Amino acid sequence: MEMESARSEQYPLRRREVVPRLLAERGDLLVVTGLGAPSWDATAAGDHPLTFPLWGAMGAAAMMGLGLALAQPKRRVLVITGDGEMLMGLGALPTIAAQAPKNLAVVVLDNERYGETGMQTTHTAGPADLAAIAVGAGIPVAADIFDEDGLADALPRIRSEPGPVFFNIKIRAEDLPLALPPKDGAYLKTRFRAALLGPGAD
Amino acid sequence: MEHAETTGWPGQIHAALREHEVRQVAYVPDAGHRELIAMCERDAAMTGVTLTTEEEGIALLGGAWLGGQRGVLLMQSSGVGNCVNMLSLARTCGFPLLMLVTMRGQWGEFNPWQVPMGQATPEVLRLSGAIVFEVDKADEIAETVNAAARMVFNGPSSAAVLISQRVLGAKTFGR
Repeated sequence: MEMESARSEQYPLRRREVVPRLLAERGDLLVVTGLGAPSWDATAAGDHPLTFPLWGAMGAAAMMGLGLALAQPKRRVLVITGDGEMLMGLGALPTIAAQAPKNLAVVVLDNERYGETGMQTTHTAGPADLAAIAVGAGIPVAADIFDEDGLADALPRIRSEPGPVFFNIKIRAEDLPLALPPKDGAYLKTRFRAALLGPGAD
Repeated sequence: MEHAETTGWPGQIHAALREHEVRQVAYVPDAGHRELIAMCERDAAMTGVTLTTEEEGIALLGGAWLGGQRGVLLMQSSGVGNCVNMLSLARTCGFPLLMLVTMRGQWGEFNPWQVPMGQATPEVLRLSGAIVFEVDKADEIAETVNAAARMVFNGPSSAAVLISQRVLGAKTFGR
């Protein structure tokens, strides 16, 4: 099957409009963002000590969310990542389904591109469907979001539906200004732990 | 389970992990770690997480630490090769990372496909920034795990205890 390389340039949902809504009135939400554009999007929406933005370790985001969700079962954990990052760590989906943490939501911003390397198409521009993969992995709530109606329906479910939940949001492929979070991983870790666990956490 | 099972080296490792308040036990099932995995899965204080590939465990334990929990990654030496880029997560962020590795391709291995990764394992770990403890006597395993865990959780740092195929013995691997 040929890649439909221009398709995602027409998608109505825009990442810099979607991510602020995912993070609006975040309360005690704990957030992990996958490397590249999702980390920049979250920063554009407002750098926050309880957001851990990955700059590397491609494929790690969903699993970091799982470890955090298991450690903090009373807090909602939201992973925001991209299609390329999710594709690199697909095994996380059956691993998450097997653990079945009720407090974990994974959201993929799917522009069908590798945004940091020149906007080359990912497999989701072709036949691959990440929400279907999540269903096959055993994630009980998993769906694709294509438009505003779908997003409006998904937002409260991302925040509070017993999970694990997985939403693959089809977003427009577009080049946007960088919004870079702090780059020092040790600092990001320490400020997250201090904000969550108190100033005594090292 | 109320008390640690301390019979044999797997039980001694389990007791050491309890002492260090390890809560998340990540693993790809492995014959050498079979007894330890079973003990951890029976332990109500621990959550066992079966992985599809070992690198998932490094990300999992990073997330666990963000949330205030300690963990351990159990794997075979072949799994070390699956972890290489992800080891940079622990190193860059200073996440504590305790790895217990049962060795293959090292001592009388019957399967030549295991030899390249087994032989490369200590150097791959060192190049990736982990402290490496190699142990080839059963009665020194638990104290080595304890020493490694102290350095990992006080560091924080990445450390691996490599349990020799010589200890794991012919019953498990001899054909």
